[in-house]
Amino acid sequence: MPASSLISYAHVGKTFDGGRGANRVVAVDDVSLDVAEGEFLAIVGGSGSGKTTLLRLANRLIDADEGHVTVEGEDVRNVDPIGLRRRIGYVFQSGGLFPHLSVAGNIGITPKLLGWPADEIAARVDELVDLVRLDRAQHRDRLPHELSGGQRQRVGVARALAAKPRIVLMDEPFGALDPLTRDALGDDYRELHRRLGLTTVMITHDMTEAILLADRIAIMRGGRLLAQGTPAELSDSSDAYVGELLRTPRRQAERLGALLPRDGAA
Amino acid sequence: MNLFADPRWSEALGHLPDYLGNHVRVSVTALALGLAVSLPLAIAARNRRALRGALLGLASIVQTVPGLALLALFYPLLLALAAVSLSWFGFGFSAFGFLPAVLALALYSMLPVLRNTITGLQGVDAAILEAAQGVGMTPRQSLFTVELPLALPVMMAGIRTAAVWVIGTATLSTPIGQTSLGNYIFAGLQTQNWVFVLFGCLSAAVLALTVDQLLALIESGLRHRSRVRAMLGGAGIAMLVAATLVPTMTRSQTSYVIGAKTFAEQYVLSALMAQRLRAAGLSASSREGLGSNVIFGALAANDIDFYVDYSGTLWANQFQRSDIRPRQEVLDELKTMLAKQNITLLGELGFENAYALVMPRKRAEQLGIRSITDLAPHAAGMSMAADYEFFSRPEWAGLKKAYGLSFRAQRQMQPDFMYAAAASGEVDVIAGYTSDGLIAKYDLVVLADPRHAIPPYDAMVLLAPRRAGDAALRAALQPLLGKIDIAAMREANLRAAGNDATSSPDAVARWLWEKIGTK
Repeated sequence: MPASSLISYAHVGKTFDGGRGANRVVAVDDVSLDVAEGEFLAIVGGSGSGKTTLLRLANRLIDADEGHVTVEGEDVRNVDPIGLRRRIGYVFQSGGLFPHLSVAGNIGITPKLLGWPADEIAARVDELVDLVRLDRAQHRDRLPHELSGGQRQRVGVARALAAKPRIVLMDEPFGALDPLTRDALGDDYRELHRRLGLTTVMITHDMTEAILLADRIAIMRGGRLLAQGTPAELSDSSDAYVGELLRTPRRQAERLGALLPRDGAA
Repeated sequence: MNLFADPRWSEALGHLPDYLGNHVRVSVTALALGLAVSLPLAIAARNRRALRGALLGLASIVQTVPGLALLALFYPLLLALAAVSLSWFGFGFSAFGFLPAVLALALYSMLPVLRNTITGLQGVDAAILEAAQGVGMTPRQSLFTVELPLALPVMMAGIRTAAVWVIGTATLSTPIGQTSLGNYIFAGLQTQNWVFVLFGCLSAAVLALTVDQLLALIESGLRHRSRVRAMLGGAGIAMLVAATLVPTMTRSQTSYVIGAKTFAEQYVLSALMAQRLRAAGLSASSREGLGSNVIFGALAANDIDFYVDYSGTLWANQFQRSDIRPRQEVLDELKTMLAKQNITLLGELGFENAYALVMPRKRAEQLGIRSITDLAPHAAGMSMAADYEFFSRPEWAGLKKAYGLSFRAQRQMQPDFMYAAAASGEVDVIAGYTSDGLIAKYDLVVLADPRHAIPPYDAMVLLAPRRAGDAALRAALQPLLGKIDIAAMREANLRAAGNDATSSPDAVARWLWEKIGTK
């Protein structure tokens, strides 16, 4: 394991017992992967590829059957899962906000669990509301159902960042948003990632999004890690599936280039 | 005529602080106990399929037991427990009234609370549970800060259902000795006092609706995170409880408790005895509508201080005797048997409320029938009616044997209808009750029993063990002993069966005292 890697998977396997008589499902099959400090890694794959399981192994929402998962140099099996989750930010697919708590209540939840004093939590909430570009006066005391999808996901990001984690895990965070919001939120997050020196692992099924946001991309299929590398490295891959994944964004980019006038005067 | 001008409304209102206070106390305690048991059980069972099934199954079975039976079952159960506790640990407790009522009602409240709590907790979105775990909550923190608050509306709906059920069912706790709004209903049904029945039903309904609405206020407060609404609802419940407890608390604790069974004669006699005690400067309260088996146990356990029972009932029911003996022997033997339980047989009131064969006076005179001996030769051509238990009682077997009776037909009937049936000739003979006022009303005659096949049913006053040496009580009751003859009691019962202001037990008791006091 390289000294600078913050999350490290070594020959990790996870099999789900399908319950009564159902077949056993191998969700993650002998995966080895390192995430360097400060890196933005995207894990790309279709549904059932094992990408979500892989993400959850890092904060022990799921425990591995085989191999070792190391976070900040420690095998997660030796770390208290509750404490581990409190120091790793996690952004859920459709926000996963608590519907009975206000925006401030949602954002401040992990600091509250950590026992921060109330005034520090309040200050941190204000800071984060600004950081994710929400309006303090307008949004701070709203309930989640009063917000738009994009605003909810901004709260989700703010909540993940509240306890000042070094690592943020994101499970298809922008999947359910309209393209404009998605683009704006992606750019905003990328900027936060850089500014706060975060290490981010993001799951997505959208290769275009992965290419635009991530430093490096890992591709999963059927529980196995097919390939990993920068977009440039991946485009040299001989694997047919990887090639297929890259073809779509490339073709889209070419067609868009042809269709849209360069100067944007339209 | 103004419906509300009836003085029985104000009489009913006079009982309200006592009945309502007791009703609220027993309901609130039962509900609190039910919640204290059901909520942790539901939380423990929410992720355990087998436990969940077992709990909901059990609670459903409890729900199918009729409320009255459930309440009645707890009495002997607790009586046995109290006896065990007394012999093992040296202390007993009262198995009468409050405790069995609270336990049975608490059990009754469990199903809606269990079901709604489990449903509410299971209804929390899996993604939310995952998020709770993901932000670093322990299972306990997840339960208290996420799952329970989200399940609360569904849980509150269950709690509201339970509250309404408990308040409604608590009216049935009267027969096991717990004073409640059911006292109006039981007394009203027995004495045909429809004002009381109506008053009891209305007040129970108003209480249930009020509590339901206050709980709804709390629920909406919790749901909309409005502290004001939740606190208003909570304060309303607290005020209701406080308001109904105050009069009960300030009541004298030294008062004598008079027991009464579930029929009109017992209500009249208990009212009469209460009036005598008050006249002697003693305070008295009554526990009315008690079941026949409950009342004797309550006396033996000092839960009530005295009541009127009948020699034949004690003989056959309490001491399980099936042999028929002459009156004096029965009385002497009863005295000895009662003394063994430290119960004092203070004395007889002077009348009997026995089973007797009764027929229309004119018909009897036509046929020259004055006794059961005279009736026997005619019986083969006659039909007979009796209440639901008579034909399986030892008295009937004794009668058949002693007189060789055999009727053409036997019918079972609601006691209230028997007398009219005999008067109209629908049946020829009935097994009536000797003190029933309807005998005189329908011009019926009681046939003599020269062979003494039916045991004596002398009305007698029994004192609880702790009142054995109470001279003041004995002195207050002494003027009644031997003074109430069968004619006076019949007329009193007939008055009590009326449906107007002069037919309340208190009014009839005053009439009865005037009648016997002037003799």
